[in-house]
Amino acid sequence: MPSAELLEEGLFELVKRTSTRLPDDVLTALKRAYEIEESDLARSQLEALIKDAELALKEGLPICQDTGTPTFFVELGEDFPIRNLRPIFEKVIRRATQEIPLRPNAVNPFTGENSGDNVGRSVPIIHYDIVPGDGLLVRFMPKGGGSANTSRLHMISPGLGIRGVKEAVLKTVFEAGAKPCPPIVVGVGIGGAEDFAMVLAKKALFRRIDDKNPDEKLAKLEEELLTALNSLGIGPMGVGGKVTVLGVKIEWAHRHPASLPVGVCTMCWACRRGMAEFKSDGSYQILMP
Amino acid sequence: MVEYRFRTPIPEEDARKVRVGDVVYISGTIVTARDAAHRRVLEVLERGEKLPIDLRGLAVYHCGPVIKKVGEEWKVFGGGPTTSTRMEIFEAEFIEKTGVRAVIGKGGMGDRTAEAMKRFGAFYATFPGGASVLAIKAVRRVKDVFWLDLGTPEAMWVLEVENFGPLLVAIDSCGENIHKKVSSRAEERLKEILSKI
Repeated sequence: MPSAELLEEGLFELVKRTSTRLPDDVLTALKRAYEIEESDLARSQLEALIKDAELALKEGLPICQDTGTPTFFVELGEDFPIRNLRPIFEKVIRRATQEIPLRPNAVNPFTGENSGDNVGRSVPIIHYDIVPGDGLLVRFMPKGGGSANTSRLHMISPGLGIRGVKEAVLKTVFEAGAKPCPPIVVGVGIGGAEDFAMVLAKKALFRRIDDKNPDEKLAKLEEELLTALNSLGIGPMGVGGKVTVLGVKIEWAHRHPASLPVGVCTMCWACRRGMAEFKSDGSYQILMP
Repeated sequence: MVEYRFRTPIPEEDARKVRVGDVVYISGTIVTARDAAHRRVLEVLERGEKLPIDLRGLAVYHCGPVIKKVGEEWKVFGGGPTTSTRMEIFEAEFIEKTGVRAVIGKGGMGDRTAEAMKRFGAFYATFPGGASVLAIKAVRRVKDVFWLDLGTPEAMWVLEVENFGPLLVAIDSCGENIHKKVSSRAEERLKEILSKI
């Protein structure tokens, strides 16, 4: 039987690893960008990012001082023995804030008061899916404010079709410019509705940079968007260059006949994502990073 | 590209001689301020009151650090820059009224800030965004903190730094602006791409 204590231990490890280790595919993509860039200016920015990720790993410190809004995507097995998860997540986030440490990022929108421990009304944010089975899969994404501010939802006319989708993605990344800390990863959620398109866009960021969309048409669209976005020339940290975007990842759902929602989620170079699997016997495994 | 090493307080003539593309290292005192601290600085001065620290010649740093009290002392665990664009609504007035000579951040700033830098003699320089652990290598100690009621990310931290950099000059006192230039070029490219898809 998994105990709450064991679950806490596994989740704390998940939060700590995700906050302090840049996923290997992201680090590889940054190093590749360094090879691609020709100007000293663009290269100097990438060099600093790579160095920072290596220092964070070595010293066990957060990669970025914006340790993000703690967000969990949970697939809870119908027969997993522990049901009341929110208090456990809150306890883990409080401990992580104190011990790693993380920056407290939960602010009351009316009073401006910072809760001081990353726990507040609906924070940590938890998305639940109930799935068959007796396991628990937890994905964790501590996404920063800079790249959250440049994310956009576009509700376009279905008559515009995929051309409209491309335009929405291009305009979002252009307007984001240097603000979300490029080179960025772009998650795109097509379809669903005004809420779900953004959830899809964010979830798409859990895909590895070096993976290929199993749907041939979408793989081609991702590739086409990546090339178009990089020809904008914004470059690392917006100083100009060839690599503005490391990857484009698309997820989709059916849409309403009258709507074509396009969620575009911009993610900074410090694309932190983690995943842990808990079994009904109490054992757990950190699957990434 | 020229490399400069400045110590605070930075004289006006030094702030005026840097050009976009130059690299600067700053030693001395830098003061963090994000949205809430910028607003409070202007409110305090508006009321005719004195700021808790004289900012003349210093560098203001757009940064909300990861910081924790260890024993009796504050210790910094992370401190890369935050997006400067959010402070655009305050910065011109901030420069005019406080006399800071350097603004440090990331992500670029706009025309009003550039105009104030031209008028009052200041520059904007960037540190790579998110490079949090790298940034704090230059921090020698936390000298002071004001306005902790704003929360630790928004409070005004007074940091003693040694050779903080390399900082890339992105707006100079001639009004040149790297991010604006890159953005204008990107806008042209965007039009071209949209006409083809």
